[in-house]
Parts: sequence; structure tokens; C-alpha cells
Amino acid sequence: MKLHSKSLLVALLACFAGSAFADINVGVVVSATGPAASLGIPEKNTFALMPTSIGGEKINYIILDDASDTTTAVKNTRKLLTEDKVDVIIGSTITPNSLAMIDIVAEAETPMISMAASARIVDTANPKVKWVFKTPQNDIQMSTALVEHMTNAGVKTVAFIGFADAYGEGWYQEFSKIAEARKLAIVANERYNRADTSVTGQVLKIISAKPDAVLIAGSGTPAALPQKTLKEKGYKGAYYQTHGVANKDFLRVCGKDCEGTFLPAGPVLVAAQLPADNPIKKVASDYVAKYEAAHGKGNSSTFGAHAWDAGILLQNAVPVALKKAKPGSKEFKVALRDALEGLKNVTVSHGIVNMSPTDHLGFDQRARVMVRVENGDWKLIK
Amino acid sequence: MDLQIALLLGQDGIVNGAIYALLALALVLVFAVTRVIFIPQGEFVAYGALTLASLQAGQVPGTLWLLLACGVAVAVIDAPASLRFGKGRFAKLLGWQVLYPIVVAALVLGTAPGDWPMALQVLLALAVVVPLGPQLYRLAYQPIAEAPVLVLLIVSVAVHLALVGLGLLFFGAEGSRTPAFSEASFDIGGLTITGQSLWVIGASAVLIVALYIFFEKSLYGKALRATAVNRAGARLMGISTTLAGKLTFLLAAMIGTLSGILIAPITTVYYDTGFLIGLKGFVGAIVGGLASYPVAAAGALLVGLLEAFSSFWASAFKEVIVFTLIIPVLVWRSLASRHHEEEE
Repeated sequence: MKLHSKSLLVALLACFAGSAFADINVGVVVSATGPAASLGIPEKNTFALMPTSIGGEKINYIILDDASDTTTAVKNTRKLLTEDKVDVIIGSTITPNSLAMIDIVAEAETPMISMAASARIVDTANPKVKWVFKTPQNDIQMSTALVEHMTNAGVKTVAFIGFADAYGEGWYQEFSKIAEARKLAIVANERYNRADTSVTGQVLKIISAKPDAVLIAGSGTPAALPQKTLKEKGYKGAYYQTHGVANKDFLRVCGKDCEGTFLPAGPVLVAAQLPADNPIKKVASDYVAKYEAAHGKGNSSTFGAHAWDAGILLQNAVPVALKKAKPGSKEFKVALRDALEGLKNVTVSHGIVNMSPTDHLGFDQRARVMVRVENGDWKLIK
Repeated sequence: MDLQIALLLGQDGIVNGAIYALLALALVLVFAVTRVIFIPQGEFVAYGALTLASLQAGQVPGTLWLLLACGVAVAVIDAPASLRFGKGRFAKLLGWQVLYPIVVAALVLGTAPGDWPMALQVLLALAVVVPLGPQLYRLAYQPIAEAPVLVLLIVSVAVHLALVGLGLLFFGAEGSRTPAFSEASFDIGGLTITGQSLWVIGASAVLIVALYIFFEKSLYGKALRATAVNRAGARLMGISTTLAGKLTFLLAAMIGTLSGILIAPITTVYYDTGFLIGLKGFVGAIVGGLASYPVAAAGALLVGLLEAFSSFWASAFKEVIVFTLIIPVLVWRSLASRHHEEEE
């Protein structure tokens, strides 16, 4: 409860200060309630830790909750643009909301940095994407890491069970494409819902297909249910999860049933275990330390780090844009967009960003590591 | 699909169906007595499971503060009326609505329930969550007890949304599990039956029998039945419809909370899990026309089995299949029963 009132206060203060002239107004749309709340809450908490001034200009964060709902996300975006006259928008937490916001920011010619995973958000085939950037790794990068690890481990057949929504569907598409190219056979393809109380049917079907490994594409604690059921019904093969589970609660709920599970993740998840010569280590450890100082040990997550990375991008782009125009003006928004697109070699907590007109994400393979669950904690695989 | 898989699915379906059956019974009961379609029924499932989980984790469940707040609110609203009835009535009000939550709070905060035996933890979780039922009735439904069904339904939706929001605030977005009541498992002809699933089925059966005895034998049970049959008539016979309403909500809250505590070891429970479970109980209750207890229970079991088997054959369409069940049932019911105008 403490966390809520604190960030609410920040949001409130930001609202009051919103009209002050020449401050830089950052509009934030997060899914702090509803189905995506486990991702949105750490993101929201992260904004309270961000610097309050960049390049000598005061920064106001105006945070609105979209309740994981697309219509609300669109409404909030319009409100931020027309009433609060924001210079840049960060959000939203999930893919459908971010996709819906693209039209609005493009119309208002305001840059936007999304914190959602799908590659479609920054697919340059859509000319409006000129205004859109994002910080989380694409599913395809994570899928490639997974398939690589599977084939190296001698896995020939794999079963897939994922959320019956955009997350599971998106993963299946990316994963099946790469699996096919690498001669990995998908022998079962099952779906379940986040709130399901039982996945016995799906699990029995998977076991009867006798796969070498199972990939579970869910996010947060709901991804524990298929794994626990598979263990209970005696499945002995290898378990793979996605980076959607990378938070402490997943380990708490899954317990000993998740020992030995493999997953791809952003390096921030295992910040302390990264080699000392890795430039990401310093930035990632810095975020983890800041977040845990405010919200308790072990409570940082990779989702909050996506918000932090959006902040780092701004800290690098705003000084460049300030040289060209004053905040609050149309020219400043254009300058900020150009500055974001021109970012080179910016180290963020999830990797190293090199933006270009065709790549508004800018990550390479340094933005992912393979991780194993060991003794109830994440362990980096070298 | 061989016999082994069919048996496993059947077992899974019956365990889930038993929980849906309990909720279906509670929904039928609440609707019959108060005409309220009790959408927040599912929230008690989530509150029960998550309260128990946070007690076991040594945390203070947020539901405790809700209990205190609702208690004070009820005491303030009822104080003038109870004073008119004399000091005894007022003392009773204070005792139940203020002193009782304080005693429960003292137990949770003063001792360490995390180290208690499981049975006591379960009782404490029940003590925290169940009184919310009658308190809700007093605060949300009693002032509009005579309103049309539609108004009561709208209030139910509002209460449901408020409770889900509070659930997120209290327990956070991630789910919890509790340890099983019993780790035992039995091997019968290659079919493994876990102790927990026997607990669920056993507890459901005991509750159903207990409810039957309550309604058939006890005076309060008969009063509830009388209210369900004819509100005005029951009132003329000196039965307090307010008391009937509170008693009904007490039973519904108890059934919901207990269901939550029963399923918490089998599945991960989230702050918003209850709604979907309650909805499936509702499908069962609809099969029984929101009136017949045995048919509602059978309908809920059918929902559980349908869910288990459809998750095997077509997992992506499971919910579609389960909720589509309601259409043929409604068609059949509207053809089979004689049409009569709503009184309101």
C-alpha cells in the first residue's frame, strides 16, 4: 500500500506542476491494474526513481493507469497530448495497447517509447512507426536463443503450451518459424488461460506426444501451473519458460517444481552474475540497487527495467534535442524524435542500443542471456 | 485417448466440478432468498485463498483492514436504530461489528499465525473473511432490498468491481499457492488420486449434506426457505427478511471462502481468479434455473467435466465450449417452462 500512495503522490505532484512553462512533460501510460498488473506495477514504481531533471530542464512525469485495457490506453494518450501537452509518451505495458496508441502519437507528431514486447510495434512497414520506439527485446530474439539452446542440448521434439491470448499466439508464431528452420519438431500445441484452475487436459495431451522438451509461454505466476501439473503427472523431459516469468513471485509460486528450468532473459535479471567487463553490468546493477532500496530486496524485475531503459534513452536524447528547440514546442518533439533515432552505443539495463531509421529497438545479441533456475534463484549460463 | 486419460480427466473434472457445485448452491441460495445475483461470490474464493496464503507467509492480509473498516461502517449506520431498541441491542452491535474485528486483528497481529497448525490457520482465515458477507449485505444490499432484480444486479456488479480492485491492492497482481492439506496419494489401478482432491470432494459433500440438514431441520433454515418462497408471507409470519438476508450472505461467504481455501493447494489463485470460478458456478446454477439445488449441483459437475475434456481436445476453445453450454440450456428451459410475466 505504501508503494501505491508514494507513486500516486508523484503522479499528483506531476499533475500540479504540469502547466509550468518550459518544463519537459513526459506522459506515461502503464497497465498498473488488470491482467497485466504484475508487469505494470514495477514499471510504475520505476518512474518514481527516475531523475527529475535532464540537461538542466525539469522533468514532469504524468502517470496514468490504463487498466490493461486498449480503449483506456487510447483515451489516456489523448488526454496526455491535449490536456497535459506532453513532449513524449512512454507506454504502454502491453502490445495491444501500444499498437492502438501508435495512430494517436503519429497524428500528434509526438515520440513514443513502448514498454511492450511485440516486434510489430516498431515494424517500419507502417510509416507511422517513425514516431515509435521501444525498449523490450523482440520475441524473435528470445525465440532464437531458446531454439539454439534446445538444439545444442540435443532436443529433437518439443511441445508448446501458451496463453490463449496475444502473448501465447505471438510466441507460437515466432517460435514455430525458427524451430522449423532448425529442424526442431513441434509435436503438441496447446493453450490455456491465465486464470485457469486446471491444465490437466492439455498436460495429458503433451505427455502422450512424448516430447523431449516443453516450452511454456506464459507470463508471471500463471506460467507455473502447467509446469507444476507436468511434474505432478510425471513428465521427465526438459522444461523451458519465456522471459515473461522473470520475477520473484514466479519462483515463489513454482517452488521446487521449477528447479532446472531454462529461460532466455534480459541481462538485468542476473545483473550481479554478469562478468565485470560487460558494460551492461554497471547500468543493470545500478537499477537493481535503486529499485531494491526503495521496494525491498529481491523485488526488482526485468519489467521495471524496461521502464528504466526508456528513461535512459530520454536522458541521452533530450540534451541533443534541447540544443535545437524549447520544450513544449512542435519543433522540440521533432528534435527529440530525431535524437532518439540517432542514439548510438547507449548502454541500458537490458543491453546496448544502436538505433537507426529501420531499427527503433536497436538491440543485438548482447540483450539476452540464457538463465537456469537453481536453488530457487536465477543462474546465468555461461 | 485411452481409458487412463479418460479417468484422469474425469477425476480432474469432478474435483473442479465439486467447487463449482458449492458456488452454484451459494448462488441459488442467495438468489432465492434475496433476489440478488451474487456476482461477488467469486471474490470470496480469492479472498479466502489469498488470506490463508498471506497468513501462512507471516504477512498481515489486507482483508483484515477491510473487516475493521466495514465493521465500523456498519456500527455507525446501525447505531441510532439499535439505541432505540435499548442498550442491549447496541452492545450486541458494538460487540459484533467493532469488538470482534479488533479481537481477530489482535490474533493476527499479536501472535504469529504463520507458525500455527494448518487447521487453526484455516479457521483464522475464515474468521477474517466470512463476516464480510453479512457486512456487505448491510452496506450494499439492505438499503435497497425491495428494489427490482435489475437494480440489485447492477449493485452486484459494482460490489464485484470494488472487491476486485481491493483484492489487487491487498494481495498484489501475482498469485499464491498454499501447501496441501494432505500430501497423501493413493494408487488405484494405475490412477493416482491425491489426498487434496479427496479433501475437496469430501468437504463439498459434507457441506452439501450440512446445508440440507440446516434447511430441513433448523428453525433458521426453515425461515430462509419461507423467505425464498414468499417474502411478504414470511414477513407476515414474523420472519425478519433483513435477518434472512444477512444469514444468507453469511452462508454464501462461508461457502465461497471455504472453496477458496480448498482449491488454493491445487491451483494458483490470483486476486481476480474468483470471478471466472464464480461464473462457472453460475453456469451450473443456470442449468438449475437458479431455483433447484440438486440440478444446480449436477449442472456444476457437468461444467467441470466438460471443461476437463474440452481442455484435452480443444484447449484454445475451452472457455467457449463451457460458456456456450448456457445457450442450449436456456433454449430448453424457455421451451420446457410455461412463460409467466415478471411480477415487477
